Amino acid sequence: MNKIIESIKNLSIGFNSQKGKKISILRNVSTNIKKGETVGIVGESGSGKSTLALAMMGYIKQGLFPLKGECLFKSEDLLKMSSRQLEKIRGRKIAMIPQNAGQALTPNLKIGYQIDEALRLHTDLNKTERDKKISELLNKVRLPSPETMAFRYPHELSGGQQQRVAVAMALAGKPDLLLLDEPTTGLDVTTQAHVLELLRFIAKDTGTSMIYVSHDLGAIAQVSDRIVVMYAGEIVLEGPARKILKEPIHPYTYGLLKSIPKLSLAGLPASMPGSQPQPGSISEGCSFYDRCNLATDHCKKNSPDLEYIKELDTNVRCFNHKELINQNNNLQTSITKKSNNSEAIEVLKLKDVSISYAKQKFFDQLLNKISDQNPTVKDINIDIKKGETIALVGESGSGKSTILKSIAGLLKTKDGQIKFENDRILSSDLKMRNPNDLRAIQLIFQNPDESLNPNHTVEQILSQPLKLYFNLSGEELKKNIIDLLKKVRLGEFYMSRYPRQLSGGEKQRVAVARAFAAKPDIILCDEVTSALDVSVQAAVLNLLQQLKEDLGTTYVFVSHDLAVVRAISDRVAVLYQGRLCEIGPSQNVYKFPSHPYTEVLLGAVLEPDPDIKPKLVAEDIVEEKPPEKGCSFQGRCPRKIGDICNTEVPPWQIGENGNAIRCHINIDELANSQQ
Amino acid sequence: MLLLILKRIGLGLITLFIVSLITFVGVEVLPGDACTTYLEREAYGAALDACIKRLGLDVPAYERYLDWASNVARGDFGYSLSGEMPINEVLGPRVKNSLVLASVSILIGIPLAIVLGIITALWRDKLPDIMISTITIFSMTIPEFISATLLILIVAIWLGWLPGIVIIPSDATFYELLSNIILPVVAISMIMTAHMARMVRSSVIQVMASDYVQMAILKGVPYWKMVFRHVLPNALLPAINVVALTIAWLLGGVVVTEVVFNYPGLGRLVIESISNRDLPVVQALAIILASIYVGINLIADLMTLMLNPRLKSLQIRK
Ligand SMILES: Nc1ncnc2c1ncn2[C@@H]1O[C@H](COP(=O)(O)OP(=O)(O)O)[C@@H](O)[C@H]1O
Ligand code: SF4
Ligand code: SF4
Ligand SMILES: [Mg+2]
Repeated sequence: MNKIIESIKNLSIGFNSQKGKKISILRNVSTNIKKGETVGIVGESGSGKSTLALAMMGYIKQGLFPLKGECLFKSEDLLKMSSRQLEKIRGRKIAMIPQNAGQALTPNLKIGYQIDEALRLHTDLNKTERDKKISELLNKVRLPSPETMAFRYPHELSGGQQQRVAVAMALAGKPDLLLLDEPTTGLDVTTQAHVLELLRFIAKDTGTSMIYVSHDLGAIAQVSDRIVVMYAGEIVLEGPARKILKEPIHPYTYGLLKSIPKLSLAGLPASMPGSQPQPGSISEGCSFYDRCNLATDHCKKNSPDLEYIKELDTNVRCFNHKELINQNNNLQTSITKKSNNSEAIEVLKLKDVSISYAKQKFFDQLLNKISDQNPTVKDINIDIKKGETIALVGESGSGKSTILKSIAGLLKTKDGQIKFENDRILSSDLKMRNPNDLRAIQLIFQNPDESLNPNHTVEQILSQPLKLYFNLSGEELKKNIIDLLKKVRLGEFYMSRYPRQLSGGEKQRVAVARAFAAKPDIILCDEVTSALDVSVQAAVLNLLQQLKEDLGTTYVFVSHDLAVVRAISDRVAVLYQGRLCEIGPSQNVYKFPSHPYTEVLLGAVLEPDPDIKPKLVAEDIVEEKPPEKGCSFQGRCPRKIGDICNTEVPPWQIGENGNAIRCHINIDELANSQQ
Repeated sequence: MLLLILKRIGLGLITLFIVSLITFVGVEVLPGDACTTYLEREAYGAALDACIKRLGLDVPAYERYLDWASNVARGDFGYSLSGEMPINEVLGPRVKNSLVLASVSILIGIPLAIVLGIITALWRDKLPDIMISTITIFSMTIPEFISATLLILIVAIWLGWLPGIVIIPSDATFYELLSNIILPVVAISMIMTAHMARMVRSSVIQVMASDYVQMAILKGVPYWKMVFRHVLPNALLPAINVVALTIAWLLGGVVVTEVVFNYPGLGRLVIESISNRDLPVVQALAIILASIYVGINLIADLMTLMLNPRLKSLQIRK
């Protein structure tokens, strides 16, 4: 158990800057991987996790090169090997499971061929033995009908299935060490929990060592024995998983854990100021100095070394780590938010809204009707009060974005009405809306890179809505822009920056500022924090909440992340396949009784706590379209009671505490069985 | 799948029908008719009457269109004015000559382009790439008429190795043709190969940077195996459509090259018939060139469809 298989010694990797300077993105990293052990490497994007993982296979990405140190695999340095020698090790001794299997499987080759290729390269089996092995492997990763699966192309599989194929391919060569680079990022919550469960099973079953790289402490917590925390290319904390997660003694890890929203906490997570420094920008002192609330003058001038703390079996890179010992109770707190007053009037009503993506047939077009009997989104009834934050939550394909687009006027409704202020019907066509309605409803997108024009400065981006809606110009325009920037906590000097000169969090702040420039009544937020690192996500969530409390804005907040939703929203609507399952005040939706789908979602959430294991109650099948009749969740429901679920649309039942559940099971019975 | 092919063929036929209408109407609305245009100042009296009679210009336009269209559908384009012989006989040798020129250029140019493209991509920014890329970019930027003229000047006039101007009897054998067309083929291939090699290069580079190639390397797949199994099939797929367009462009006659070398292909026939105001021939050429474009693009689309598993299964599922 204690045999070391791979040992990284003082590894630094870097690139040449345009000015010819050597800039390191990995600095002096040393760690050991023991046999049978799973090591989680965690850090924000840009912290060097993937570079480290790839170096462990002797692979250095184009443009980078090793500056010093070695990667010893069974005491041979991978970085010194020829490509011939590496071919013998890759796939056979060390195998990789990539982040996005959809892009990492070669599109023109069948699944079976790609697994067979690994078998031919790394085993001596003959054709029939290999064929048998392929089905065995596909079976092992729990893919349905392994015989036919081998003859399918990668694109014919769902994301979760592709990830399983990648796992099967990696296992083909019976490696001693498996490298996993964000293997579940981008998958749906339930699929993610299933894939993680599979990986845990495989680690136990085969005794393979694993290196699990992720930005998600929730996923890391589920699989790791030991955790390595990286910041700005350095290891800042390393130790047994439980210790790291429950008693983090580095200010960065502490802050990171505090910035993760948790299901059990109603308020907003605490955020860390600032963002990770760019490679090459740290010349002296601790790399976390700018963001650290324990920093002293000593930290500014001197960089801390990794120090071993015997009692915790932990390495930490911080001068003041003692101050964090016994602070762990504080991890379970959050910032309470002011909730809206319940007397408020309703500003936006969705009445019987259905939306279809089906193309109209020629004749239907003539008759101006949409014939789709089974639209993507159906029967949505939601009344939204002024000043509240209502969240739409569900897995991908549940129709959340579709509903937002319709409210914004970007997508026509098939049936039903959207009513705004005093029950005035809003046209579902953007061109038919009056300018004031356009101003009143603003949208913030998931990815600021796509929604901000890269050729415009922040000043130009923010001046557009101000000119358009308020006809501002000159000094007044400038004053307003500075005000807006102040609101989203960006300094005046950001005005002349281009989006590419901003970090992810700063870009999203600009996008928020742009939405607020119109002085809107309602802001539609589509997965606005999904692309951000957790510490930045916490900051954006706090910013949105602060702005709302100051200005009384209403939010419709779309997210797949139940913990984020819990943190920000007053009310939650749960959607499956474009149909509402449950709606109610957030504290109640997160309590039982729940709709069976909500129950599945809540069970699959990965908490950054090794003691809370996800519950996998439903299969992670992907349904392509909603069922024609009956309950929308019938295909996957673990509590299904029979034919009635397939044939009749379930009724709404209102629970004691005001959350409405749409299910054939009596709500009291649900409550009993979910205790 | 079959339905799709039929649909594509149907669309192609509709395109051809529209082209035929446009050329016919175009000729109709020009001042004067085929006879007055062709006979010019002699367009009076018996000569004009004879001409009108011969071309059947005395019947109403729609009848003439139907008549002409149904003949074309049967492969009969009627009579040319200048040669006063059946257009089919005018076209026959020209089509053959163009086919020879095009196929030789294709046989040399396309494989060469693919090989050069792959070499430049795999040795990106190394010596082979720098050398080949310099040459390809250079030959892409020189206009055809200059490179063709230079070729004649150097190879034919200074060195005297090959005839500079093509003189082919109409019954020339394939071998006679071959020695005459070396220079035109070189002139055409230079540009065509350069363009295609650049395209193949960027396509291969893009695929080499993909996640699945990195995955293949990390799986331990040896370099050349990875290139042939994981890179090339995915990189060359988008090239099919470009190749198709190039072929259509070649068959349609490389006007400038044909004129410079005096090569009796379709391209030169276009110029000749326009300057002779031989409207029936112009009409016939329009239809033939349109058919070539439609046909070759159809084949290219179908090939992409067959070779790309993504599109194939999409179609089957529908
Ligand atoms: N432009 C489109 N054309 C056809 N179907 C679409 C389109 N956009 C989304 N869909 C389908 O609509 C459903 C809901 O999608 P979406 O609203 O994006 O879900 P979510 O936001 O919950 O991920 C999915 O089944 C998706 O495939
Ligand atoms: S060394 Fe100083 S600045 Fe760095 S993490 Fe510790 S307390 Fe903060
Ligand atoms: S109605 Fe039936 S299928 Fe739907 S959630 Fe309830 S028990 Fe499950
Ligand atoms: Mg979405």
